[in-house]
Amino acid sequence: MLVKIISKSSFLFGFTYMFGRENMGSFKQRDIISIRHFHKEELLYILDLARQMEQADYSDILKGKVLASLFFEPSTRTRLSFESAMKRLGGLVIGFSEPGITSAAKGESLSDSIKTIEGYCDIVVLRHYLEGSAQLAADVVDIPIINAGDGANQHPTQTFLDLYTIQKTKGTLEGLTIGFLGDLKYGRTVHSLAYALSYFATEMFFISPASLRMPRDCMEELRDRKVRCHENESLAGISKKLDVIYCTRIQKERFADPVEFEKVRGIYRLSKAMLEELGIKNDLKILHPLPRVDEMDGSLDKTSFAVYFHQARNGVPVRKAILAAVLGVLE
Amino acid sequence: MKHLDVSAIKDGSVIDHIDNKSTLKVADILNIHNEEQVVLVGMNLTSKLLGKKGIIKIGGKIIDKKEVNKIALIAPNATVNIIKDYEVVKKFKVAVPELIEGIVRCFNPNCVSNHHNIESKLHVINKNPIKLRCHYCERIMSAKDIVLI
Repeated sequence: MLVKIISKSSFLFGFTYMFGRENMGSFKQRDIISIRHFHKEELLYILDLARQMEQADYSDILKGKVLASLFFEPSTRTRLSFESAMKRLGGLVIGFSEPGITSAAKGESLSDSIKTIEGYCDIVVLRHYLEGSAQLAADVVDIPIINAGDGANQHPTQTFLDLYTIQKTKGTLEGLTIGFLGDLKYGRTVHSLAYALSYFATEMFFISPASLRMPRDCMEELRDRKVRCHENESLAGISKKLDVIYCTRIQKERFADPVEFEKVRGIYRLSKAMLEELGIKNDLKILHPLPRVDEMDGSLDKTSFAVYFHQARNGVPVRKAILAAVLGVLE
Repeated sequence: MKHLDVSAIKDGSVIDHIDNKSTLKVADILNIHNEEQVVLVGMNLTSKLLGKKGIIKIGGKIIDKKEVNKIALIAPNATVNIIKDYEVVKKFKVAVPELIEGIVRCFNPNCVSNHHNIESKLHVINKNPIKLRCHYCERIMSAKDIVLI
């Protein structure tokens, strides 16, 4: 069955999706909390919409709409790309990135804060250090909540842009071999992306020190979904198989014990020379959600392997697509 | 050995076919320490189904839904008999509900449900063996992770 997408605004465009509609739920007023809430067809729908966003000017479709950008944890790319996306679609942005200046500092609960802010905006983008905070927010208000990262749990819009980057640079999402490298225990982007890629017959290698392995429940879930997945402590022996390396930072802020952090800090450091020595595919692509610290050498930046800065830029069209779809401008 | 008659209490509840090793946990759920009427706890009783089983009889108490749901999580084979005037007036097997609210603490210390004044909520994704997914943080818990509130 074909799905036709036509804008409600004066700007009119039309294009057709070749996906089955049976797994397509409406995005209008929908919370974006976890990648687990989306079918394959819905993931591909947003990726196609992002492509449209890159190809045409949609500069007024969110005119009059207000986004509340609530960041209880530091962020550069996610916050700024959401704000850029909203403004480029004609919308307005309110919010904060320093929770210390809000009533949260006076002890106000997250539920009360969100219920109050609901009256000031049409949509909320929320980053919070507690896992499940976005779901809690979604449960207490009627306006849509977009999870911009909840502790070590989920970061679904990052996953959409990771998928978009892989699709753009590899030409497909189907049947790739992907190595996840670094902090796989606390790396929420890894958990979300691995789940999403399980729809696409991906073979996955999880490369990390023993103390930062993928959580047991994530691995069980992937295996339940019949994903071919392997755990390794080194790239040696597997680097030549990989179409994509998804590298992550070892996140100091997730370690309660600084001694434990020091044990694994700098354990992986990708460089051009190291990859050449190990042996890699010529069309390997390296992604990283950024920021990086010392896990990727600057020697990689100008190689054809490095797509992480493109990946960061893709945050804008992908988030434009999500905002437009959720605010019901497109249906 | 004399047959244990479930109607031996006048009014109350009998929880039978408890997995033997879970008997004292069920006793905790039922808060028998604070009961003032007759409470009988049996363990290591012969059971065709379980090999060994436990049984608890509490005089004067009709167990509530929340208690039944808790018992289902740790003794999924248990049956409940409601006794009135020495007769069994209601008998049912405990069943794990699809959604467990307010009776199990999420095992993730960084879950929002452990920091804000909200009721815990877990989706049952597998009943045997039990697997629960936290509605908020999405972490999956198995039987060994379950901490009853």
